[in-house]
Amino acid sequence: MLTNEIFEKLKSEFGENILECNDQQPVDHFIVVKSEKLFEICHTLRDDDDFLFDYLMSLSGMDLNENLGVVYHLYSMKLKHKLVLKVMVPKTDPKTPSVERIWRTADWHEREAYDLMGIEFTGHHNLIRILCPYDWEGHPLRKDYQTPESYHGMKTSS
Amino acid sequence: MESINFLYELLGKNALTITLVVILPLGFVLIYALVAILAELKTSAWIQERLGPMRTGPWGILQPVAEVIKLIQKEDITPAKADKLLYNAAPFIVFTGAYSAFAVIPFSEYFAPSRIDLGLFYIFAVGSISALGIVMGGWASNNKYSMMGAMRSVAQLISYEVPAAIAILSIVVLTSTMNLQEINKLQTGWFWNWFLFGGPGTLAKWWIVPFTIILCMIYFIAALAETNRLPFDIPEGESELVAGFHTEYSGIKFAMFFFAEYAYMFVVAAILTTVFLGGWNSPFGNLMQGPGWGVFWFIFKGFSVVMVQIWIRWTLPRFRVDQLMYLGWKILLPISFVCFLIISLYVMLK
Amino acid sequence: MGELKRLDLEYNQLTSDKMRLNVGPQHPSTHGVLRLEVVVDGEIVTEVIPHLGYLHRSFEKYCEQMTYVQVIPYIDRMDYISAMNNEWVYVMGMEKLMGLKVSDKVEYIRVILAELNRIANHQIAVATFGLDAGAFTPFLYYFRDREHIIWVFEKLSGARLLYNYFRVGGLAADIYDGFKEDCLNIVKRVRKTNEELMDLLILNGIFIKRTANVGILPPDVAISYACSGPVLRGSGIKYDLRKDEPYSIYDRFDFDIPVGDGEVGVPGDCWNRNIVRVREMEQSCRIIEQALEQMDMEGDVKELVPRRVKPPAGEVYMRAENPKGDLGLYIVSDGTDKPERIKARGTSFVNLSVIPEISKGYMFADLILILGSIDIVLGEVDR
Repeated sequence: MLTNEIFEKLKSEFGENILECNDQQPVDHFIVVKSEKLFEICHTLRDDDDFLFDYLMSLSGMDLNENLGVVYHLYSMKLKHKLVLKVMVPKTDPKTPSVERIWRTADWHEREAYDLMGIEFTGHHNLIRILCPYDWEGHPLRKDYQTPESYHGMKTSS
Repeated sequence: MESINFLYELLGKNALTITLVVILPLGFVLIYALVAILAELKTSAWIQERLGPMRTGPWGILQPVAEVIKLIQKEDITPAKADKLLYNAAPFIVFTGAYSAFAVIPFSEYFAPSRIDLGLFYIFAVGSISALGIVMGGWASNNKYSMMGAMRSVAQLISYEVPAAIAILSIVVLTSTMNLQEINKLQTGWFWNWFLFGGPGTLAKWWIVPFTIILCMIYFIAALAETNRLPFDIPEGESELVAGFHTEYSGIKFAMFFFAEYAYMFVVAAILTTVFLGGWNSPFGNLMQGPGWGVFWFIFKGFSVVMVQIWIRWTLPRFRVDQLMYLGWKILLPISFVCFLIISLYVMLK
Repeated sequence: MGELKRLDLEYNQLTSDKMRLNVGPQHPSTHGVLRLEVVVDGEIVTEVIPHLGYLHRSFEKYCEQMTYVQVIPYIDRMDYISAMNNEWVYVMGMEKLMGLKVSDKVEYIRVILAELNRIANHQIAVATFGLDAGAFTPFLYYFRDREHIIWVFEKLSGARLLYNYFRVGGLAADIYDGFKEDCLNIVKRVRKTNEELMDLLILNGIFIKRTANVGILPPDVAISYACSGPVLRGSGIKYDLRKDEPYSIYDRFDFDIPVGDGEVGVPGDCWNRNIVRVREMEQSCRIIEQALEQMDMEGDVKELVPRRVKPPAGEVYMRAENPKGDLGLYIVSDGTDKPERIKARGTSFVNLSVIPEISKGYMFADLILILGSIDIVLGEVDR
């Protein structure tokens, strides 16, 4: 199934929660959705017989200056098609539903996005830092991140 | 019984000669351990298509000496939360356990340090002291890995002592003595007089030969487990328990554990040699038979068994703890019982 | 699907105190600086909590400050055991973004190098797995053979581990005379050693006892956790990007995808994950032989390398079948010569996340084997 077909089908089901379909990009096409209904959308994407996206390839946090974004790369093992799904959340209140219960691999990916980007996934069972130390401050992959001078008395830069 | 110790014959029995008799095996153990370590290094290198140590002396033959010097120089660390007394005593107890067994080992017709009629019984008794030392070391280290290693070690020793003892007891039924020197004397003559091949006797003994061979194998497997060698080295279990019971030990105390392991390897090899392989007897009747040759044959046979242990170590993977118990209790023990019964039957009917 | 023997369920009538055991970051069998917090009931593992990040080097943050060409050495350092494959994913992604089409010769060289590196990686994986089981000798046999592969890479790139050899649009240098003979020699060696190792390790009774029926990963769980590579194929799922969505020139070769078929044990256990790697080495040998036969030695490998890598604004998610599974790189470009964002979907990172799920109820010694059978490299987990 091509991205615009998926877009049409999702649009008919979720209406205005599906924002836009970008098929102008030179390489990857993607669909942007609203974060409110994300869990239901993902559930449909996994279980609907036309989609069957049972394989979450990647989940990436993005810094889009005024917003934060989450990009889901989906793949279907049975139907062999792919989909890129994007969600925007405002930087002031970066909350989006967790899809950990749909694809279990999202557990660590969401922890990573939380750790490095500060996106809060509501409904995640154990949203703690994964790569940085547990008491690290700030979210390093944000564009406006300032590297702290020291960590527990150790200098962080030479 | 005629004299069994040439030193007492020569110099008379006084305090000096007794000390000499006690020290002589120690000298042997130290030299043997160095040779065995070198053999381990070189055999493993040969199996793995490497050269092994080549820099210390010609062909690296001084490597074990260098390692001992290194271990002596190293800092001797005692963990802050360790039980000091037990922690420090453990390596010595382990080594004592291994070394005590040398008291009854007959190196030659004219040299066995002590004459004990219950020699085999004694060896099994003192052999268990090593396990005590291992538990002490593991417990006193105050380290979870050491503790697990120590617990495994005890479980393993208890499980494998039984089939090993039954295997030896079966031969005792044939010999009706526990004196190692006596057992050796029974096997004099050609190699078919060895207990591996049913011991001395008429052609009627042929039908117990398969069982004595099986018993020999059972004893060898159990001995591997008792010495914590691969494939039964789960108390050390390098890949899961870091170094098992000696995780916290360093320097000279680690060297003691190390020496004890090699000494104990030779003890089990010596028992196997004495009981099954004719001890200091030549395999070829009267050819090359005699007290001097006896020492040669004994050490040659014992070292061959040690080499087999080394060979196995560098070939096989490791068992898991429950599989090890299964093998000990459910396979080796029943088989050794059956062999024991059949040999008893043979002795009854003879 | 076989018998699923759970020791913790078997002994659950006995109650005993549980112990928290800290495995790593310095431990001989965690394959790097991984730390596992393990709750054990005697010898039986009841819970595993991985703690990551001991090798976190801010790969993604650094990439945002580098130009596209400077990223390549950093990509090497992710999965440092199969650096060629890592570079290839990135370079392919960049070529897709820029619309470059590289010459056939370059494609063939890349395939040969990637497959050689796959063999090298699987040799380390199987060797260290044997080491976890206590077999030391196979480890050195495999390292002896791997050295020959490393020598070829060294002659090509000058480095033994981190090659920095692939370029966007080509390669850093041409192959040398005698490359073909070297590759054929390696293929011969790999086959001979594998044959020997089948007897010595893979079909050894003790090894089978240790690894079969241990750490069973059912296929549906494997997909839900997005496992890939030998971990997924060990569970019996025939999924290989080289066949499923052939990138580069993989559609020109004839090769099979080995899966764990439960010949010993059940599909999805440690033994089956391991045998997939052993058999993949043979398939890689086949690909190398075919590629060497089809390859045209004429041509310049650097003619298409652009002087300045400046892709148009856009984004691409490139993935390829790495030895450990599929490595995904999400490259976002804003039209400048520095990437806006590069997100790496580390194969080991994803495969490792399955550990807490599949190691419960097995012995502590099995946990080490399960970890070994997943074949992680911490450079990729922590990035």
